[in-house]
Amino acid sequence: MEELIQHLTPILQEVWGYIFPNEIELHWGILIVLYPYLTGLVAGAFILASLVKVFNVKELQPTYRLAMLTAMAFLIVAPLPLLAHLGHPERAYEILITPNSTSAMAMFGFVYAWYLMAVLCLEIWFEYRRDIILWAQKEKGIKKWIHKIISLFSKDISEKAIHFDKKWVKIITIIGIPSAFLLHGYVGFIFGSIKANPWWSSVLMPIVFLFSAIVSGIAMVLILYMIITPVRGKQLDILCLDKLASYLFYVMIIDFSLEALDFVHRVYESEESIKILAYLVSNKLFISLVVIQLFMGMLIPLAMIALIKILKSPPDLKKMVYFISAILVQVGIFSTRWNIVIGGQLFSKSFRGLTVYKITFFGLEGFFASVIVFCLPFVLLYILTKILPPWEEARNS
Amino acid sequence: MENKIIETDKKVERRSFLKKIAILALAPIVFGFLGSTDKLKTIKKWMLENGYVPSNHKWGMGIDISKCIGCGRCAVACKNENNVPKEPFFFRTWVERYRIYEDGDVQVDSPNGSIDGFENTRTTNKKMLRSFFVPKICNHCDNPPCVQVCPVGATFKGEDGVVLVDSDYCVGCRYCIQACPYGARFLHPETHTAEKCTFCYHRIVQDKLPACVEVCPTQARVFGELNKKSSPLVRFLRMNKIGILKPSLNTEPKVYYSNLDMEVR
Repeated sequence: MEELIQHLTPILQEVWGYIFPNEIELHWGILIVLYPYLTGLVAGAFILASLVKVFNVKELQPTYRLAMLTAMAFLIVAPLPLLAHLGHPERAYEILITPNSTSAMAMFGFVYAWYLMAVLCLEIWFEYRRDIILWAQKEKGIKKWIHKIISLFSKDISEKAIHFDKKWVKIITIIGIPSAFLLHGYVGFIFGSIKANPWWSSVLMPIVFLFSAIVSGIAMVLILYMIITPVRGKQLDILCLDKLASYLFYVMIIDFSLEALDFVHRVYESEESIKILAYLVSNKLFISLVVIQLFMGMLIPLAMIALIKILKSPPDLKKMVYFISAILVQVGIFSTRWNIVIGGQLFSKSFRGLTVYKITFFGLEGFFASVIVFCLPFVLLYILTKILPPWEEARNS
Repeated sequence: MENKIIETDKKVERRSFLKKIAILALAPIVFGFLGSTDKLKTIKKWMLENGYVPSNHKWGMGIDISKCIGCGRCAVACKNENNVPKEPFFFRTWVERYRIYEDGDVQVDSPNGSIDGFENTRTTNKKMLRSFFVPKICNHCDNPPCVQVCPVGATFKGEDGVVLVDSDYCVGCRYCIQACPYGARFLHPETHTAEKCTFCYHRIVQDKLPACVEVCPTQARVFGELNKKSSPLVRFLRMNKIGILKPSLNTEPKVYYSNLDMEVR
């Protein structure tokens, strides 16, 4: 308690205008910024993977398994920031056993469980089953047993069985696409359905969340692919990179249009809250929204990818531009989440004032904790690639 | 023939297996539901033993803005009565001062929620058009957005219309705080659960007035029944032009203001 009071007291001096006295404490901090960012990456990576299976985009085959494992790694970590931020993490199970049927948040457990078990685990299992069995036959010791257990002791690798696997991968992917939409659209709904908050309350919110999620997912797989492949001493597949960049470009155009529509709509309707929101955007959020989210995270990468496509550049320049663009996009999408979550709490619901968000460094909700949460998926992904190598040469063995 | 028998056996096996899985998956939900209804029963029993029948009441509050002098006694009494932390970040009720100038400029403040009173500091030489105090409190909405969003149902609207929080059940996710349009909720820094005005529920079940109403020197706050003609609140609603806060949000507040100014949000 002492710590909280010490943290809040100086903020009293930095409040602009009038805010309700209970609003000085900003309730959803950086951990809740991370949550939609992480689930966005899950949904985005899965949609990218589904392009290969459902829409038969052959060029993206080298990234298919990597994208699935990326989605898995991020999905496992996604609930951690939520749990860490609860006032009573030990009661979290209540959300699962006595969910309130009118609460969007209460659906979390079900959407999450569905996505993890019915979509990701199943699809990965069917996709890898043949390879796992073959690996288990060749290996010795603990690895053999890990693979045996993961394969659920199935042994059938007849043509019929493989055909069955393939069919099911496709079916699960088809179910998985709306599920991914549900997973992230639902996160958008948590914010978009709060009528008390005009910055959040928008019917477009779930859709904007979804498309920005796809953007971030594609960019993340692009980054991972471009880092991991040279580290393994392999050649980057330039056709695959071109395709990834093209999809990134198209989805960014949609995302940009949606956000622009949201912006124009707000300005044109010019409701009661417009003055405080305009002040918020031109002051507290100027750097993170206009400079980072819009220019760095959206317009510059769009322009760079467009130029490189038009000018038919050499492969090395292409690779560099793609990589830089993807990094910028990541920063931009994180900033998007920041502007939604933190931005939505900076102005008072009296529409008469602004408060500030001061991040702490230590503690469960501090900067370091969130850095750890952000790094965890990469550690997990490393472990996953050891157990289920997504590389082409592992598949042919 | 034998093959067929084995096949049907397998089918039966699969069916019973699926059944078992379904029971396993549903069991915690059923137990959770039974547990929570059991808890409600004990609360009800306690109230009935004390002669309080929630369904016989519908509580609300009237606030006459022209009577409020901004002394802040209500906010002090509330903090004392309900063990609200004394720091200036946690309030179940507070008083705002509005100063509206001739050029349309509006100044609002509520230093320490009005507990230390208001200083007569003027930062401008502009001429004042009108000025008044507005006590704020949870509106005990009939259509409460906080109750709608609570993931575990820890906050609920009782049969008597009072919106309460079960602090043994609240997980501290703070979604209700985000959903409240009036800033009436906070997270208790010690229990880490959501907190708000209860109309002094422990007092009203004993036929006493809420602490803020009891101490108000000008009777700016009127507490009472909404469904009984003889109640002072119904009289208040009959004798005054009434306004509510943020009517466009359709929260249907049960805190009614007379002489409400358009600048109050």
